[in-house]
Amino acid sequence: MSRQVKVMLAVVAMLVVLMPVLVACPPVVEEVPTIRIGIIGPMKFTVGEHTWWGAQMAADEINAAGGVNVGGVMHQIELFKADSNELLSVVDAVSAMERLITVDEVDFVIGGARTEAVLAKQEVMADHGVIFINVGSAHPEQCMRLAADYERYRYFFRGAAVVNSRYLGKMIFALVDMVAGEIRQELGIETPKVAIMMEKAVWTDPIVAAAQAKLPKMGMEVVGVWRPSPIAADVTAELTAIKDAGAHIIMTAYLGPVGVTASRQWGELEIPAAKVGINTDAQSKRHWVATGGKVEWEVTFNFIGPVEITPKTIPFYTRFLERFGDFPYYSAGVYDSIYLLKEAIERAGTLETYAVIDELKKTDFLGVGGRVVFTGIDSPYPHDLVWGPGYITGLGIQWRDGELVVVWPDGRAVLGDKAWEGIRFEGTVDYKLPPWMVEFWKGRQ
Amino acid sequence: MVEAILINGLVLGGMYAVLAVGFALVFGVAKILNMAHTAFYMVGAYLILIMSIMLGFPSLPSIVLAIAIMGITGRVIYKLFLDRVKEHPVAVMIISVGVAILFQEVLLIGFGGHFRGIDPFIHGFVEIGGIRAAYQQVIAIVTSLLALVAIRLLLSKTQVGNAIRAVAEDREIANVMGIDVSRICVITMGISAVLAAVAGAVVAPVFMVHPLMWLHPLTIVLAAVVLGGLGSIKGSILGAFILGFAETAVIFLVPMGAFLRGAVGLSVMVVVLLLRPEGLFGVVFEEERL
Repeated sequence: MSRQVKVMLAVVAMLVVLMPVLVACPPVVEEVPTIRIGIIGPMKFTVGEHTWWGAQMAADEINAAGGVNVGGVMHQIELFKADSNELLSVVDAVSAMERLITVDEVDFVIGGARTEAVLAKQEVMADHGVIFINVGSAHPEQCMRLAADYERYRYFFRGAAVVNSRYLGKMIFALVDMVAGEIRQELGIETPKVAIMMEKAVWTDPIVAAAQAKLPKMGMEVVGVWRPSPIAADVTAELTAIKDAGAHIIMTAYLGPVGVTASRQWGELEIPAAKVGINTDAQSKRHWVATGGKVEWEVTFNFIGPVEITPKTIPFYTRFLERFGDFPYYSAGVYDSIYLLKEAIERAGTLETYAVIDELKKTDFLGVGGRVVFTGIDSPYPHDLVWGPGYITGLGIQWRDGELVVVWPDGRAVLGDKAWEGIRFEGTVDYKLPPWMVEFWKGRQ
Repeated sequence: MVEAILINGLVLGGMYAVLAVGFALVFGVAKILNMAHTAFYMVGAYLILIMSIMLGFPSLPSIVLAIAIMGITGRVIYKLFLDRVKEHPVAVMIISVGVAILFQEVLLIGFGGHFRGIDPFIHGFVEIGGIRAAYQQVIAIVTSLLALVAIRLLLSKTQVGNAIRAVAEDREIANVMGIDVSRICVITMGISAVLAAVAGAVVAPVFMVHPLMWLHPLTIVLAAVVLGGLGSIKGSILGAFILGFAETAVIFLVPMGAFLRGAVGLSVMVVVLLLRPEGLFGVVFEEERL
């Protein structure tokens, strides 16, 4: 054996011996700094799933584009998922928030669905001084706390998916007004009768009170108020009572799964009253399947729809549908919130909490759901979303043949406010009454 | 309004009755307060959902298979968890609650908290005096009544039924007479689970299927059997119908308090236990138990 061959064999033998050691040693890579964002929501429910999906989509896009520039250093976004189980347990929600902050040590928290739980999570937020962007709960109290004690609660912002329930109420009134107009025009009924059917929860209480006071002034008659449990699996008796009361409109507000029950049984029994309001579950494609298509003709508020609210809306809507097989809703608010947080961090040039809060307050962000601007600290509702023409407006969407179509804003003045005239996003169609309802009431005439 | 309360109450009461009978049967025979009874109803509904919607099987075979599986499950649960502690009512109660929560959590992990729907056998509704009832609701009430008749015939006309009644009457004498009490208890548990699955099969297309669907009926079933007299089948049927009508009346008469319908059962149960622990019809039915 020549010397050369011996050397080669020795090298190979050494490589074989050293191979396990080389494989075991990880390659030396430069550690990329991260921004830790906690995503909190009832993850076993549609609302939570969408919260997570929206966050995933934004984080993936931002990371793929290089990340977040914090004072000249690029950071990747790292998401932490926390199941708050808040539709069933406020205690679980508090524990999940505590865990995110103390165990996962996140820098920011985004999420929230149920008012009672978000109010409790605000306390954890305030105790630890962590910025919390709520994207799903609408109760005014959350922002009123900032007005009462700004030092303690300044970490809170109502993010881009949901507005104060005072405005939510106005939006529902606008939708009800649209439906009432159609009833007057098509059925010749001058004073439509309205049944208020809203789940028994804190966030719906102000809407119920406002509806009882306001609807008669809008030329409608309130025939009754029904408050089923948010998790009721049967509302046939309520629907029968509503039909018995001669209602033409059912004004709804559901966050809980009762929204599925109500849609399904309303369609199955062909209750001759148009259903309009908020039905969170009805914003998801899964709702069509769960109700066996019985949700057709129902109208619900949504934050996003297949219309051009901004140039970003349709591309986001399409990408989301392709990736997750569902229509976006809460997800759109989380998506926008992560992007506006990114911009605030980049403007601040640091992750330091108070610097980021100062920049969040200056937010003027064109997202997929509209223009996001927060109210000032002199407002009765600090850090709330500004709602109205030119800002976030929300949409009225109607189920038709398995698809969601946008029917509001319809270009008309809203409850006498002429600022809304001409606001009609490209792709919006006219509202239609359920055909069985038209048949029923025309038959009576 | 009265007609509406009657029709809706009848439908609701019929569904509760099928559940209450199974519960009363097990308590009457095996002296087991099976808190997992309505969880069997939930699992039955999920089995139908899995087979008919997810696997695409035809509805009827899915239902039959689900009922059969639940019959076996009931027996297995009894043998595994309850048989060895049957002499200790508190342990039985705690274990059966644990079993129910176990089912709930498994379903939550497997299917999420989403409300899901099963297609009714027939779409549409029938209108009686201006009151609408979905065809599926009519099917549910007819099936419930048939199930109640079937269980009555089983208990009074068959050898197993006679043995069940004998064990319910006095298990020691039944034992002396050569009846295998343990075996009868297992069979009764199976029948009870079958009844729960039947309720799940007829109710699932009317209500929604979700991992918490066992909780509200559990309160109602407990209230119904307490109202009727614990262990009395006739009493539990009557109790179920009374509660069905009471819940419906709350919705019609106190619409703002529709969410309180669940509290009706609990209130009835507390009041009956305080004022008449043997149940409304306890004395009469004690004499003709089962």
